[in-house]
Amino acid sequence: MWLYTFKRMLQGVLTVWFIASATFFAMHNVPGDPLLNDRAMTPAVRANLEAKYGLDQPLSTQYFIYLRNLARGDLGISFTQENREVNDIIREHFPVSAILGILAILFAAAGGILWGALTAIFRNRWPDYAIMFLVILGISVPSFVVAALSQLALVNINALAGTTVLPVAGWGTLLHMLVPAMVLGLGTMAYLTRLMRSSMLEIISSDFVRTAKAKGLPPARIFAKHQFRNAILPVVTVLGPAIAAITTGGFVVELVFAIPGLGRFFVEAVQQLDYTVIMGTTVFYGAFLVFMVIVVDVLYGFIDPRVRLE
Amino acid sequence: MVNFTAADFTALTTQREVQGISRPALSYWQDAWIRLKANKRALVSLYLVIGLLLFTIAGPWVWRVNPAAQDLDQIGQPPGTDRAGRIVDDIQPWFGDEAAGVTSVRVSGDATTQAVRLQWSALPGANGHRVYRNMFALGQERAYGIPIAEIFDNSTLYFVDRLDLKPRHYYYFVVALGPQGELLDSFESIEVDVQRVTTVDEAIEQGLGEVADGLQVGDRVNMTWHPLGTDYLGRDMLARLMAGARVSLLIGIGAPFLFVLFGVIYGSMAGFVGGRTDQLMMRFADFVIALPFLLFMILFKIAFGIGPGESGVFPLLVALVVLMWPATARLVRGQVLQIREQAYISASQLLGAKTNYLIIRHMIPNTLGVVLVTVTFAIPSAIFTEAFLSFIGMGVAPPTPSWGSMSNEGIKTMLTTPHELIFPAALISITVLAFNLLGDGLRDALDARMRNTE
Repeated sequence: MWLYTFKRMLQGVLTVWFIASATFFAMHNVPGDPLLNDRAMTPAVRANLEAKYGLDQPLSTQYFIYLRNLARGDLGISFTQENREVNDIIREHFPVSAILGILAILFAAAGGILWGALTAIFRNRWPDYAIMFLVILGISVPSFVVAALSQLALVNINALAGTTVLPVAGWGTLLHMLVPAMVLGLGTMAYLTRLMRSSMLEIISSDFVRTAKAKGLPPARIFAKHQFRNAILPVVTVLGPAIAAITTGGFVVELVFAIPGLGRFFVEAVQQLDYTVIMGTTVFYGAFLVFMVIVVDVLYGFIDPRVRLE
Repeated sequence: MVNFTAADFTALTTQREVQGISRPALSYWQDAWIRLKANKRALVSLYLVIGLLLFTIAGPWVWRVNPAAQDLDQIGQPPGTDRAGRIVDDIQPWFGDEAAGVTSVRVSGDATTQAVRLQWSALPGANGHRVYRNMFALGQERAYGIPIAEIFDNSTLYFVDRLDLKPRHYYYFVVALGPQGELLDSFESIEVDVQRVTTVDEAIEQGLGEVADGLQVGDRVNMTWHPLGTDYLGRDMLARLMAGARVSLLIGIGAPFLFVLFGVIYGSMAGFVGGRTDQLMMRFADFVIALPFLLFMILFKIAFGIGPGESGVFPLLVALVVLMWPATARLVRGQVLQIREQAYISASQLLGAKTNYLIIRHMIPNTLGVVLVTVTFAIPSAIFTEAFLSFIGMGVAPPTPSWGSMSNEGIKTMLTTPHELIFPAALISITVLAFNLLGDGLRDALDARMRNTE
């Protein structure tokens, strides 16, 4: 188990290194000039600026400087907001995204497991059809449309109530987080519901459930002890990709709901071609996602003994 | 002791057709088609997909409107708007009427989509005025609407509003400004019904009437018909949706086909060769899978850049193919490894089949079902990716329309003109829904092992 964890960590470090290198060379390939702006620049100023940012060095040297800084945890200074370090930006805005993401994951997992179990119990009856219809809708409608429509609904609800029941956008209180977290978690919830449903159905027709029935266990106990706990396992496996989906989904939701999270900052940096911020946040996000997947995989090994053997 | 005579030994008559096949043999694909036909949801989705393809391919031949042409008389029109309009003179400069005794704010001449001419007399204590326009009456919050003019002096008491006028009801507010340009409490308002008009030249340009007909000022004409309305630049929504469908479906269907093809070649090679090469190839595939997908899509798009006049469709395709192939490769490799161990392959080899024959006769037909299902499920994710990237401004570059970029444009004006968001968003949703359900149906029909327990 420890060997497995160690191997996965090593692989993760390698992936992060690749992400960092790809980011570096991709950014160097970008057409255009990072120092080109509306102000006219004398050659001397230009040379000074190039020296300051290390742009006068050969590419290989720049790459090693970049890797050395990265290893030290220094992601550089923003190009457009020159007094801000990328580290500061991440430190300030990532917690916001993290809170939103955690809420969304909780919402998605709780909802997915609950709805999935319900549809399996009420298989081919109206609750099943109603929930599966909503699930298919949740999978098919892009998140920015859901975000926009829920904003529209909030505007109308607030107008009807005469006061602000739930804020339409912004950040601060739990009320601000509620709707964005639900929108963010919706796609994942729909996916988890489907997964939970098919996994429940598989378990329901399995031998050990029949044995439990034959023993005369009450249905509630069979459900809690035999069906539910086994059916939940596949849901845990997809939590890694789900975290990735929710993180990148956050880009859109934060943009639409005007939430000051790292995702919105990243998208804005991309739109303004703020090179250092793009590089820094990409590497940060990449490392975060890679290690979240590893953490989930390793945890899964602890939860399900069958995986450990492989 | 029994004594047998020759009579005891009669030849048995051969009974034929004891275990005959009573029904005609079904090929794999015939069987799959029967299963698919029995699945109502999948069949409806199939029709939807065919309809979408028709909309995309044949649509622009039927609805021959240039998706880039702007109809400046009809900007942001929802579908089903009244098209009747009047022809007026070209716009003339106007500096207020000489008419004395203007007490409160009033409209000079007709209020038309060409111009609304406002005139008022100085408000008490005003050092200037600011003109606001709103679509709603003044509420408790005293939100005046959008400021359209600011005049810091009392000698100019008129204003011509030509800003994006639509044939609808407007409220104008003239608010007094203090010495520092601050808003004072006193204001006047007027409600205006704006009529749709156009000029002779524009009417001819739009093909609303022949010059020979003698279009004259004052004639009533019907404006160009836009069945699904127009967008914020006055472009025909239907034509744009069709053009956008070409881009979105090119990416949505083209990319999956390409990366599945690549994945199939890669995976079958790895599975077939086996050994160290297989290990190495699969390590590489694992590595690509571990990369955060959307982050790398964004990175690719930045690295490629979009030059002037380029639509950015090609880089998007390349990026999708480069990042999405490993899942298919893994799947196909697994299939190939599995099939290789099957008894019928050994039997075929014993009968002297060569590798090429094995691949063409056994490997490809037996993996085709799985591959087809993969393609169908990959299409929605590719369409979503395109929409997501276009939404954050990293997808297809304007003016090339795609459903994602159209939604992105529509979301900005969703309160006033929701149709600009609803149509592209609905098309994305329907397409994704259709391919998802079709994928479910195909999986159930084609692959007995993946058949789900529904």
